[in-house]
This record gives sequence, C-alpha cells and structure tokens, in this order.
Amino acid sequence: MRIRPLSFIPKGHKFRLSRQAAQLSFILLAWFFCSPAEAAAKIEYWQTAQGSRVYYVHTEGLPMVDIQVAFDAGSARDGYQFGLSALTSGLLDTGAGQWNADQIAQRFESVGAQFGSSISIDMASVSLRTLTDKPLFDKALETMQVILTNPSFNEADFQREKNRTLAGLKQQEESPAELASIAYYKALYGDHPYGHPASGEIVTVSGFEVSDLRSFYQKYYVAANAMVVIVGDLSRQQAERAAETLVSGLPVGQKPEPLPEVVMPVKAGKQHIDFPSTQTHVLVGMPGSYRKDPDYFALYVGNHILGGGGLVSKLFEEVREKRGLAYSAGSSFAPMFRKGPFTVSLQTRNDQTGQALDVLNKTLADFIAQGPTEAELIAAKKNITGGFAMRFDTNKELASYVSMIGFYDMPLDYLDTFQQNVEKVTTASIKDAFKRRVDPQLMQTITLGGSDKKSEQ
Amino acid sequence: MNKRLLCAALLWLPVFAGSAATKVSEHVLGNGLKVLVKEDHRSPVAVSQVWYKVGSSYEPGGITGISHMLEHMMFKGTDKHAAGEFSRIIAENGGDENAFTGTDYTAYFQTMEASRLAVSFELEADRMRNLHLLADELKKELQVVTEERRMRTDDNPQAKMQEHFNAMAYTNSPYKNPVIGWPSDIENYNVEDLQAWYQRWYAPNNATLVVVGDVQPKAVFALAEKYFAPLKPSELKPLKPQAEVEQLGVRKMTIKLPAKLPYLVMGYKVPVLKTAQHEWEAYALEVLAGVLDGGGSARLESGLVRGKQIAVSVGASYSLTSRLPEMFTLEATPGEGKTVWNLESALKDEIAKLQINLVEDDELQRIKAQVLAKAVYERDSNFYQAMQLGMLETVGLSWKVVDEYVEKVNQVSAEQVRDVARKYLIEDKLSVAYLEPLSITGNITETTTTKGVR
Repeated sequence: MRIRPLSFIPKGHKFRLSRQAAQLSFILLAWFFCSPAEAAAKIEYWQTAQGSRVYYVHTEGLPMVDIQVAFDAGSARDGYQFGLSALTSGLLDTGAGQWNADQIAQRFESVGAQFGSSISIDMASVSLRTLTDKPLFDKALETMQVILTNPSFNEADFQREKNRTLAGLKQQEESPAELASIAYYKALYGDHPYGHPASGEIVTVSGFEVSDLRSFYQKYYVAANAMVVIVGDLSRQQAERAAETLVSGLPVGQKPEPLPEVVMPVKAGKQHIDFPSTQTHVLVGMPGSYRKDPDYFALYVGNHILGGGGLVSKLFEEVREKRGLAYSAGSSFAPMFRKGPFTVSLQTRNDQTGQALDVLNKTLADFIAQGPTEAELIAAKKNITGGFAMRFDTNKELASYVSMIGFYDMPLDYLDTFQQNVEKVTTASIKDAFKRRVDPQLMQTITLGGSDKKSEQ
Repeated sequence: MNKRLLCAALLWLPVFAGSAATKVSEHVLGNGLKVLVKEDHRSPVAVSQVWYKVGSSYEPGGITGISHMLEHMMFKGTDKHAAGEFSRIIAENGGDENAFTGTDYTAYFQTMEASRLAVSFELEADRMRNLHLLADELKKELQVVTEERRMRTDDNPQAKMQEHFNAMAYTNSPYKNPVIGWPSDIENYNVEDLQAWYQRWYAPNNATLVVVGDVQPKAVFALAEKYFAPLKPSELKPLKPQAEVEQLGVRKMTIKLPAKLPYLVMGYKVPVLKTAQHEWEAYALEVLAGVLDGGGSARLESGLVRGKQIAVSVGASYSLTSRLPEMFTLEATPGEGKTVWNLESALKDEIAKLQINLVEDDELQRIKAQVLAKAVYERDSNFYQAMQLGMLETVGLSWKVVDEYVEKVNQVSAEQVRDVARKYLIEDKLSVAYLEPLSITGNITETTTTKGVR
C-alpha cells in the first residue's frame, strides 16, 4: 500500500478488490501494534426515550465529531443465511427515504462528511465523521438518520450488491490468508454462530432475496437493540439531541436472545489444505476469552509476553529473530461476547512448515508450563502502562474504545481502572490462567499452502 | 448556488482562518540534520520520526530492495546496544515503533509519552552512525525479508501483476523496480553491499527529524542538539537523475497467473509537483483523481459500478508528492459477464469526457469540501501529521506544501482539469496490463490427518 500524505480522496469503496502494489514495506505488519487497548476518558451515559443506550465523550481541540450507531446484529446473527448481516449492512446507503445511492453519497461528500457501514462477528454499525459547524453537521446527521430509519432495499441495488459480494467471495479463493482463516474458524467453532465467514459463502449468498435483508433489518435494527456513541466537540445538549434524532425513528423492538455459549473442542485437531502458494499459513488455537472474562487481564498481559508485544515477544524472538522462519509471528486473544479465538499464527516457506510449527508449539507449551519470568512481567507491564495514553490519543481510537465498552456493557470506569488491573496481574495468575484456559490437548491446527517440499524461491 | 455558498462558509470556519494552531518550527543543526516540530497538546504523547533520503528509487540494478533490507538491519545492534535491544528499550518505555521503506524514503518512528522523547533520540542518534552489520544476523534477516516478499507479492496475484506492470511501464526510471526488490537481488545481498549503502546514505545531513505532539519546540531542539549534534556529517555524492525517457506509444501486457478474477490496470505518465511545468498541473491532476474517485458520488463508482455495472470495483490514483514523474493509474475488476476490454473502453470513455466537457460545478465543489474537511480530520493523528512533514521534506519539496495544499486545490478550475486531461491522459503515454486468471491448480483439496473435532 502506498501512503499518500496529501491525498484527500476517501477510498470508501465497500468492496475494494484491488490494491496498489506493496510500495511500502514495513519491518512488521501493522496489525501487531493495533492490539486491543484502552483509554481514560470521562464517559457519560444515558438512554434515549425509547431505551437506546448512549455513550458520550466530549473532546476539544478540533471542530469534528465521530458518531456511531451499533446493533447486536453481526454475522453471529446470520442464522443459516451466512453473509446476511454483511449484505444488509452493505445495502443501507444504496437508497433511503427519497434518495438513491448517488444522492446519499453527494449529501455526505458535499459537506466533507465520511459515512460508513460495517459489521463484525458480534456487531453491525453505521458511523459518521463530520465537522461540527451547524449547517454541515445537520445535513450529515439528517442523511445518517434517514439511512438508519428508512433504507429502501431496492431490488436493483440488491442484485448489484449481491453480485459484488459474490465476486468478492470468488476472489477470496485466491488468498491463502483468507482461506486459512475461514478453515480455522470452522475448526474452532463448527456450527456455532462464530464458525462461518462474516461475508458468507457463495452458496448461501446466491440464495438471498431482498426480503431476507428487509426482515433482518426489521428484526435487529431496532431501538432496544441500538447503542449510540458520540465522541467529539459537541456539547452534552447537542449530543442528546443528535442521539435522539438518530434513533427516534426506529421501532422499539426487542433485544435478541443472547448468543449460545461456545462448545469447546474435545480433542486436538489438525488439517492441511493444499493450495498453490509459496508460503504455508499456520494457525493454531482454540476458543479463548470473552469480554467480561474474570481471567481477561491475566490472559491479556500473558499474551503480550507470549506473542502480542509487537517486536518484542517470545514467539517473535523464537520464530523470527533467532531463526528467520517468518516475517510475522505472534499470538492474540480476540475477546467477544462469547469466547473469541486465542490464536497463534505465522507464515513460512512451504518446506519449513514442520520446523516452524515445532518451534511454535514448543514456545507455547513452555509458556503454559512455566509461565513468564518476573522480569518479563515487569517489562510487559512497563510497556502496557507506559504506553497507556497513546492508546486513545486520537478521536477515532477513543471512539472505538467507547464503542467496545458500550457494546459489551463494560463498567464505565473500565478505562480508568485498566492500568490498575494490569498492575494486579502476577506471574502466578498468568500461569494459572493459561493452564486453565489454553490447553495444548485441545488446540486446532490449520496449515494451508503448497506441499511440504522445496518451494520455488 | 447553495453549494458554492456552503463552501464559502466552510472557508471561514475559524479552523481555517489562521495557521497558528498548525505552526511548524524548524531548526537545522550544525551537522545538517533538519528538525521539524509541530505542537499538538491534545494528549500527553509525541511521535518522533527519522526520515532518510534514500529508498528503492535510489538503488542501482543488482541490489534492488537494499534500502528495505537495511531498514530491517537497523534493528540488529550498534556499538552500544546488542541486536534487539533497541526494541526492548522502546517497549519498556511504553513505546510503539516501526519502520518503513518507500520508493523515495526510509523512515523510523517511535510513539511514546512526550516526556520520554530523549529515549528515542538517544537510540536513533546511535544507529544513525554506529550500526553493526553482522553476517549472521544478515543471513537470518534475509530469510525474513524473503518471507515478507512471498506474503506481499508472490502469493498475491494483483500485487504480482502490479510489479510486472511497473517494470513494463517505466523504461529506465527506477520506479520500475519493486520497493522490496527482485528475488535474485534479495538472495545475493552481502554485508559489504549493506555497509556501503549505510555509509553512503545514513548521515545527519541526509535526514530529517520530525516530532509532533505534546512538546515545546525549544525543548525539542535542545534535546536534538544534545543527542544528534555530535554526529559527523557525510559528504553526500549526488544521486544520478535516471530521468525516464519519453514513452513513444501505448504499451500493453497480459499477465497469466493462478487467480479467480480478471483485473485491469492502466497508467498514464504524468508529472508530479516537483517536476510539473506549471505547479497547477499537479493540483489539477489531484482534483481530476477526485472527480473520478473522490468517494461514492464520484464518477467511477457512480457510473461504472452502479450505473453501467461494468465493474465490481474500480479506482483512480495519483500521488503528486513523488520525487520523480509518476503514473496516474486506473484499476478495475470487471463484473460478471464483462471483460477487461469492456472496462478499458469504459474507462477511456470517462477520460474522453474529461477532455471534452468541463467538470460540473457541484462536482468540483464537493471535492473541495472534502479537501477542507479532511484537513481537519488529519489533525486527529500526530502520526499522520508527522508523516506529511517528513515525506514532503524527504522528496525534496518543502514541508510548507502542507499549508498551501488546501488553497492550491481550491484554486483549480474546471478548465485546468480539462487541460491536464487533454495534455497527459493520452494514448501514447498509456500502459495497460490485463490479468488473465489461470485455474488454481489442483483446486483446494483437504487432507485431514486428524479430523478437526469440536
């Protein structure tokens, strides 16, 4: 990806297949230093007249605001119609009220506002970044409100977006990373709502009708299931009015039943998928931690030492620094409403897959057996608490933490107590938590790549 | 009418009224190191970046990618610090760090609490002149970079196509080579190559230090004097210009690769801010890119994805801040039942429209409104602000271009957009590549050794 410092062109394509060639090479993949992180900020909370939850933080210095409206309506709510949540979200801004897709885009872009809709496994959301100058703000907010409360779901727009999704799914089949990830989630979660790809499968998406999307929208995009996040230079009164404007047109509806618990694997599993790539993608893991997990901080700090710490971690040291086996090697917990995956991953030349997997498994097994040293723990705490302020030093990052807190109903002082919670972690609590929660006997291993012989250089 | 008023209103927002809030302070040390500081007191943090004027476009044949290889080796120790210690010290100070290489620059950065800036300066000053390049470390890191290349390029059909496309489109410009380097060049770097590259380019008089965050310029300058002033400057040998020869007709290529979807890339040779005959030409090309691809209301998405439904994905891009002349590129993936040739002719129709008709007033106003708003949004990120300053300085433009940008874009007229389309987006300066998918051999077969059980 080329970084274009002066470019103003918002690359907002919902489905962007292409990328400029790797014109910029980082020493490390950027996702490593985007690990989950928390902030300290004064979060105000209230409910709208219809019972939607609102989380607001006032920030100063720039005349802008980030607004998000989120629903418990991610891909975990697809049922057997894999991809339904994603396509429903994708249709929202293709027509609403009196406007078609062109008019909607023009309304936002004429005031310099940036609008987006997206889903994750747990959550569906629409988001807006806009200037706070009144005429500009009002036009952007009105457009967002109509999209949320009165989307058209036209047949023609539906067919087009469905075809684009199908093209995207087809293209996914040329990406070893994406194919490995799909197989991995399937291995960990099977038929649980977390087990299928969020964008769906060709066979399921092909069968959708526009009425399926409309029903999904009507069921989940309701006030009782909505949360509003506002972070920026709006007064409390302005924020209250904005929240009310956005969701008052939604029917009250009801919150969906909580998702079922994850069924844990009963034994280890190993799958190899043949694919004509020069590297083999290796994913090892099991269902790990959830948002309100009492073990969360022990697992989080422990993982930071094991493989979450970017350029400094045990896995990075063993796999990359000592042996040069991979460009990226690390581990992560992805806590969700239910147990999200604990994952250890790397990519390596096909013929050294066995060796890399051995190093990975040994590093993990040693860590579970011995836990971290006191020195490692101190270093990790220094990194986490010393860098605490940087984790929310932009409006955007702060908004995404507030969203996490609101969506998962975490305590409002979660950010203020974060550093204390990290400090409380001991080597013993890490060792204990990993022993109970990460079991080598239950790990699922996916390898996807060329056969295990000398690969082309 | 309304839109014009709206835009006029935007211009008078207090944030645009003066540059006081975005003031950059500049100081040059006796050894030539340029230091740029921008205050942002919203959070008690600061980003520190060291930019070197060296990148893949500086590299001669046979050692392509060596700037990137050296970037990796910069973490492998100095006289004072063993391999990996740099990263451990930054981590213990709560820092984030990384480094990146592009065609025109190599840059290193740390983000930390503002009070720890000295930690970053001490370490960066140390590795600017005292790097240890050891054969053992190089051997391992060569493998790492080779894995990086596999992941980014070799196993990614569109990236691989882009690499071949650049190699065809440029005759002799160093932009023809990939940043990460050609495989056989990567395989054959040795310590002497890296040592020579390091000696030639890593010096205070070939670098820019940029700090953005909760800092006072005077204090940063004093700190920079303390850590960087003792470093000796180098005598820099001027870089050979390697000016691209004129293209004398359209170039086309087909790339056959295992893939699932066809893909089209088109590129027109165009000037950049540094090389344009008239400065406005670069800004007009920037606006032209916005007319085609400045959001969901822009022509390509509206016309080709939604209107004609000929593409499932389409984009236009132009980078006016490159060091050398560039390409204005268009890329697209055809929809079901459409071909890359359908797409090519649809894209050329769009270009033709730009050459014949003037861009609509409201289109132009929308682009300008987005530019104005984005100038505010960008200030949400210290990193991005530092990146702009560092990059502009490093490609040989001044950081002052940041301050002029909004105004210069605003001055672009519909006539100027038409004129650059007529002058530069012409067939003889065009290169085209088609990706022809080969079936992914053997398809995906699953050999389960132990059944995945839940």
